[in-house]
Amino acid sequence: MSDLMVFEPVILKMLGEDILTTLYMTLASTFLGYVLGLPMGVVLVVTAKDGLRPNALVYKVMDFVINIVRSVPFLILLILVIPFTRMIVGKSYGPTATVVPLTLAAAPFIARMVESSLLEVDKGVVEAAQSMGADLWTIITKVLIGEARTSLVVGATIALGTILGYSAMAGVVGGGGLGDTAITYGYYRYETDIMLVTVLLLILLVQIMQWIASKLARKLDKRLS
Amino acid sequence: MDPIIRIQNVTKTFPGKDNQVEALKGITLDIAPGDIYGIIGMSGAGKSTLVRCLNFLERPTTGTVLIEGKDLSTLQEKELRRMRTQIAMIFQHFNLLMQKNVLDNVCFPMEIVGVKKADAVKRAKELLQIVGLEEKALSYPAQLSGGQKQRVAIARALANNPKILLCDEATSALDPTTTKAILQLLQKINQEFGITIVIITHEMRVVQEICSHVAIIDAGELAEHGTVEEVFKAPKSKAAKKLVFMTDERVEEMAGKHCIRIVFTENSSFEPVIANMVLTCKAPVNILLADTKDIGGIAHGQMILQLPEDEQTANHMIHYLQERKLTVEEVEGHV
Repeated sequence: MSDLMVFEPVILKMLGEDILTTLYMTLASTFLGYVLGLPMGVVLVVTAKDGLRPNALVYKVMDFVINIVRSVPFLILLILVIPFTRMIVGKSYGPTATVVPLTLAAAPFIARMVESSLLEVDKGVVEAAQSMGADLWTIITKVLIGEARTSLVVGATIALGTILGYSAMAGVVGGGGLGDTAITYGYYRYETDIMLVTVLLLILLVQIMQWIASKLARKLDKRLS
Repeated sequence: MDPIIRIQNVTKTFPGKDNQVEALKGITLDIAPGDIYGIIGMSGAGKSTLVRCLNFLERPTTGTVLIEGKDLSTLQEKELRRMRTQIAMIFQHFNLLMQKNVLDNVCFPMEIVGVKKADAVKRAKELLQIVGLEEKALSYPAQLSGGQKQRVAIARALANNPKILLCDEATSALDPTTTKAILQLLQKINQEFGITIVIITHEMRVVQEICSHVAIIDAGELAEHGTVEEVFKAPKSKAAKKLVFMTDERVEEMAGKHCIRIVFTENSSFEPVIANMVLTCKAPVNILLADTKDIGGIAHGQMILQLPEDEQTANHMIHYLQERKLTVEEVEGHV
């Protein structure tokens, strides 16, 4: 087999499509992960013992569920939720099907990230908002999320990187994207060059995301000037 | 006049791990509209808890707080929030939104009550002018000095035209010059807008600078209260004496031997009284403490003298000072 197989037009086209597929899976599951994880993180912070509305029951249940899902290795979770994935998407393989387990794995992870970002917000500022007569919703949106925005963006970058990695793992069960190609060509067909190129592309994707996110975080942060 | 703030028998107990902590042990205090009321105490005395009971950031364990006759404990969540817009608060560490610029920080309380953005911006600009920061409207808090941050916090506090302004150690993180400027600003606000100000502090000089009244909190109890002049001239409680004399260990040590405290007012500070007394009585005295304070615009001096052992000379000296219309009191034991 030729070392230059990777440069054959058909392979290049496939890799190009893989990049788009990977980006689709990563961005869609991160977005859906935030749809679930952001409110979960907020609930954790608000119902904590010294939170704005302490509620031991809600906190403990949420905390427990997050820990359970977080302790299941992603590869196992991927297989474990196949029935659920089938129920929602109609099939268990392909990029869209992969978004389901990715979202389920991402949400608790994101919830913890959001929790730690929101806990960084100065309690004094929250107290000041309370003293002005702000309601809970205003404090959550304007003070907690508004003040933690830099940290939230940094968290989102970490989440994107992790989910990108998970999406590659989904290649094992035919998830599609760069990971799938790496496993199919590199592992099953011993075409090492294609595998190396997919790995390089994955690294490149993470680098670009990291670069955009740090730019954004710096632009958003008004604390240092 | 009816008090604007009426604190009745307020206690606050915090549950601890082994034992409960009693932060407030039954405080009763009235504050009249237009007062600048100082609440002073050593750290840990409970003054910060007390001020948080005034807007129910802390709910008293027992007792009531009435604001303009309204019992805060009877208010629904929503009514309490509306009430809080009338009780503004500033803090030791300013507590500004670090990710918002100065103008947006001042607009924030107006945003909470639903003022239209354009109106809020207009009002915020006026407020920034009052506190002397109009040119910093687009700066971020991180670009400001401590004094400037507190000015922004004051502008923010005034946004919804509050009746009461609570200051929790508002000058404790500032240097003396900045402290003075902030206190003058608070005084101006009190005079121009008639806002009742409650100042929590551990520094006597803050109270002397602008307060009309003072309450001394010691270990969760109200040790003494009255006009600043009364308390300064004749402190009765141990806690008050400690704060007024700003005890330095040396005074405590030597005060056992026939010491007197003299309070000078403005009209008596022209004559070199002590020098003349020493010349007249032909005996030396030991000056243990001397300082001048400005209370409500009138200069008050205080001095602690150690008199000669000889009873007759000592009495002569006391008589001499009393003849010159000075307040003289014996200081017994340590203060």
